Amino acid sequence: MSDVNSLTMDRPVEDSILNHTVQDVLGKPIDRVEGPLKVAGKATYSAEFGFDRLAHGFLVRAPQGAGRIEAIEADAAKAVPGVIDVIHDFDGFIRNAQQGGETEAPTMGVREVHYVGQPVAIVVAESFEAAREGAALVTVRMSAGDGDFGIEGREDEAEKPADGMIPAHSDAGDLDKAMADAAATVDAFWTTPSQNSAAIEPHVSIAEWQGDRLTVHGAYQMLSSDRQQLADALGLEEEQVRIVARYVGGGFGSKLGIAPECVAAAIAAKQLGRPVKTVMTRQQVFEATVRRSDTHQRLRLAADGDGRLTGIGHETIVSNLEGEDFFEPAGLATHFLYAGANRRVTHDIVRVNRTLSGSMRAPGEAVGMLALENAMDELAEALDIDPVELRRINEPEQDPSKDIPFSSRKLAECLDEGAAAFGWEQRNRTPGGLRDGDWLVGHGVAASARSNLLQPSRARVSVTPEGRAIVETDMTDIGTGSYTILGQIAAEMLGLPIEAVEVRLGDTDFPPAAGSGGSWGAGSSGSSVYLACEALRAKIAASFDAEADGLTLKDGHAIAGNRRVPLGELVGEGIEAEGAIEPGEMAEKVNQASYGAHFCEVHVHAVTGEVRVKRWTGVFAAGRILNEKTARSQCIGGIVFGIGTALTEELVHDERDGKCVNRDLAEYHVPVHADVPHMDIRFLVERDAAANPLMAKGIGELGISGAGAAIVNAIYNATGVRVRSYPVTLDKLIDGLPPV
Amino acid sequence: MHFTINGQSFDVEPDIRTSLLDLLREHVGLTGTKKGCDHGQCGACTVLVNGRRINSCLTLAVMHQDDEVTTIEGLGTPDDLHPLQAAFVRHDGFQCGYCTPGQICSAVGMLDEAAKGWPSHVSESLDDGALTDEEIRERMSGNLCRCSAYPNIVDAIREVADGARDERRVGEEAAA
Repeated sequence: MSDVNSLTMDRPVEDSILNHTVQDVLGKPIDRVEGPLKVAGKATYSAEFGFDRLAHGFLVRAPQGAGRIEAIEADAAKAVPGVIDVIHDFDGFIRNAQQGGETEAPTMGVREVHYVGQPVAIVVAESFEAAREGAALVTVRMSAGDGDFGIEGREDEAEKPADGMIPAHSDAGDLDKAMADAAATVDAFWTTPSQNSAAIEPHVSIAEWQGDRLTVHGAYQMLSSDRQQLADALGLEEEQVRIVARYVGGGFGSKLGIAPECVAAAIAAKQLGRPVKTVMTRQQVFEATVRRSDTHQRLRLAADGDGRLTGIGHETIVSNLEGEDFFEPAGLATHFLYAGANRRVTHDIVRVNRTLSGSMRAPGEAVGMLALENAMDELAEALDIDPVELRRINEPEQDPSKDIPFSSRKLAECLDEGAAAFGWEQRNRTPGGLRDGDWLVGHGVAASARSNLLQPSRARVSVTPEGRAIVETDMTDIGTGSYTILGQIAAEMLGLPIEAVEVRLGDTDFPPAAGSGGSWGAGSSGSSVYLACEALRAKIAASFDAEADGLTLKDGHAIAGNRRVPLGELVGEGIEAEGAIEPGEMAEKVNQASYGAHFCEVHVHAVTGEVRVKRWTGVFAAGRILNEKTARSQCIGGIVFGIGTALTEELVHDERDGKCVNRDLAEYHVPVHADVPHMDIRFLVERDAAANPLMAKGIGELGISGAGAAIVNAIYNATGVRVRSYPVTLDKLIDGLPPV
Repeated sequence: MHFTINGQSFDVEPDIRTSLLDLLREHVGLTGTKKGCDHGQCGACTVLVNGRRINSCLTLAVMHQDDEVTTIEGLGTPDDLHPLQAAFVRHDGFQCGYCTPGQICSAVGMLDEAAKGWPSHVSESLDDGALTDEEIRERMSGNLCRCSAYPNIVDAIREVADGARDERRVGEEAAA
C-alpha cells in the first residue's frame, strides 16, 4: 500500500506549492498529450476493443409511451441467420439511465413502459447486421396505458420535488411587495425546450464475464459511481465489476450514469457466455439516454430608480419521469448573481411519459441564465441604464441568499475588460437602428456564472528510477483535457518535463476519482494528483536530506543548497504515494463560482429573419488556468452550445405519446462550422484559495452559462423583437421585423 | 472480395449489408474511422475513396471492389503525422477526438476540391478560387463537432491551405 496524503477543504489553502514551483509547465498552452493518437485514429474508444467470440447486441424498443408489455414475439428474429438469441429480462433491465453520481441502480424493471423507446429486449447475433435485422423483426405487444406527455396545460399538476443541488423552493423577504413598490419591474415567462447532449460518440458497452467478475468497456464519465450503479443493478459486489473508458467521445452529462445498453449487454453476455457489444444507434441515444428538461420559467425583477434590485423571482416548472427526483436547477445562479433583499426561487416537476431528464452541460445555468440575463436586459432598457452598468450596480458584497462571502468574484472585471475589447461603447443603442445591406446588426451582453464544486477524488503517483512519473486514477478525459492537465500538474510538482509524465486514466482498477461532470473534474482530480505529489516531494526531500521547503525540483533534478541530483537517483526502486481530496467546510462557508462576460454581434436578415452570429468576446475568471489552450477550447465549446440553445436546438416531443420526433442529427440541429465565428477568449488572473490546493475553479460549463442570452439580447438590439421562447427560430422573429 | 485500403490489400467476404464503415471498423481492424450516426448526418465516418471524401456509413462495402480507400490511418501515424493532423494538434482542433478523423479526412478532400476550383454555396463567383474562412466553414459543415472546436479546426485547415498555396506558388515560379 502506498501512503495516502489526504486533505479536507475545511479552510482556505494558505499557500499552494504551485505558487513556488519552477518547472513552468502548468498553465502553459501546451498541446494535448494524447493529441497525436487522436488525430491519427489510434486512440481506442470503448466500442473499439476486440474480443474473441464477440457477439453483437441490438436493443429493442417499446413502441408506445405508456402501458404494459404483454408479449415479446421473437420467432421471426430468431430465424434470421446469425441471430443467437433474443433476450429480455423484465425485472433485470433498467427502465432508464441513472443520474450522475448516484451509487445505486436506476429504476429497474421494464414490463411497465414509461416512454417511447424504453429498451425492453436485446437481440444478440454473430454480426451487427444480423442483430439489427433481428431487432427489426421483433414485435413488442403492449396493452395501452394512460400516459401524460407534456407540461402544457398541466402546470397546475406540478409538484415540489425533493431538494437537489439546490433547495427546490426558497423564499426571503416579500417579493410581491418589492414588485409593487418598485420604480421599474420585469415580469415575464420564458420557455426552453428539451435538448439532447448529442455527443458524437454514441453510448456503448462491451460486457465480458470471467466467472462472476464483469468487465465493461463503456463510454462513461464517472467510472467509480457507474461501477456502483452497475453492480447494484446486477446484484454484484462493487469489487466484481470493472469499468474501462480510456477515451470518451464527448459526454456533456449524457454519460454520467449508466444507460440501458450497459445492463442489457451484461445480462446477455452472462446468459450466452460470450462477450457482448451493444452500441446505441443515434436514435436510441436520443430516446433512451437522457435529455435536458424543457422549462417554463417566470422571471420577476424589481428595481429602484437607480437600478438597484430590490427583488428577484425565478419560478420554474420542469418535467421528468415518475419517480425521478432530478429537476433542472434553473435558479442555481439566480441565488447569488445579483443583490436584492426579496427573493423567491422555486422549481416544480410535472410528471411526463418521456425520456428521462437529467444533467446536460451546466444543468441549471444553461437555461436558467437565459431568462435571468434576458430579464436584466429588459430591466436595463426600462431604466435607460446601460446593461453593463446595471450589472455593475447590482454586484453583491456577499452571497445575497446565504449571507456568506464570495471566495473570489471577478464579474465586474470581466464585464469591464470585455466591454473594452469588444468596443461596447461604440454600439448602436436604438433597437433596429443599424443596418448593413440586407442585414440588421445588433450587439448583446450577458453575464456568466457557474458554481464551483469539489468532489472526493483519489490518485496514485509514482516516480521510477528512470526519473519518470506515472499518474493513475479512474478519472476520465471526455475531451476536457484531463490527460494533459493532470500531466502538467504532476510535471510542475515534481519538476519534470511533460514528456517524462505518463497519465493513465479511465479504469476502475485505479484509485477512484471524481469523474467528469459539474465542472469539478480538473479541480478535484487535479488536487488528488497535487496531494500525491506533495507526499512524493516529502519523500524526495528526505532521501536528499533536505527540508521540503528548501527543495527545488526542475528538469528532472532535485536541487537544494549547491547540490543538484537526478530525480531517479533519489527514489531507490521507485516511490509512490496516493493523494485524496475531500470537500469540507469551504463548500458551506463561502460561495465559490467562476464568472465571465459574453459580448456578441449578430446579423439578422431583414427579410427572412435568419440570424448569424458574427463576432464574440468572452472574458472569464476561473481561478488558476491549468492550460490556456485547452481552457480556451472549453470556453469556445460552451459558447457554441449557447449558440445552439439560442438559435436551433429543440428536441420536439409528439404531444400524443411523448416520443422524441427529431431523434437524429439531421433533425436535431446542433451548430455546424458555418454557424460559428472566430472568438476572442480572454482569462483574468485569479487564484481561489477556498476552492482547492490548485486554486483553480471549474471552466467546462462556464462558457455556456449566459451565452444564449447574449445572442437573444443582441437579436433584440438588431430588430426590436423580444423573443422569450427558445430557440429563436426565424418564424418567431419574422412578424416583428422592421419594415423592409 | 478484394479491397485496397491505405495501399494495403485485404481479402474479405463481407455481408452484403455491411457498410464500408463497418467493414473498416469491424472486419479489417481500422477503427480510426468513427460511427456517430450511421445515417450520413454527422461526418465522423468520412474517408477518401479514390481521392474523394464520402460518408463511409452511406455506402456498402461490396460497392468498393478495387477502389482505393484512404482512412485516417493512411494519412499519417502518431510519430509521422500528416500536415493536417499536426495542425489539428497545434491548434487544438478537437477535444474528445471522436469526430476528428472525419474532420481531417474531410479537410483533405475539401482542399483538393478547392484546388480544382470547385465552387461552394458561398463562392462569390465560379472563377474566384480564394479559400476564405467563410469558404472553409461552408465546405466543412458536413462534419459536426459537438465539442465545438470549429474555430480551431478552421485555423488548422487555413494554416495547411496557406502553406500548400505558398508551395504551389514557389513551384509555379520555379517552373516559369
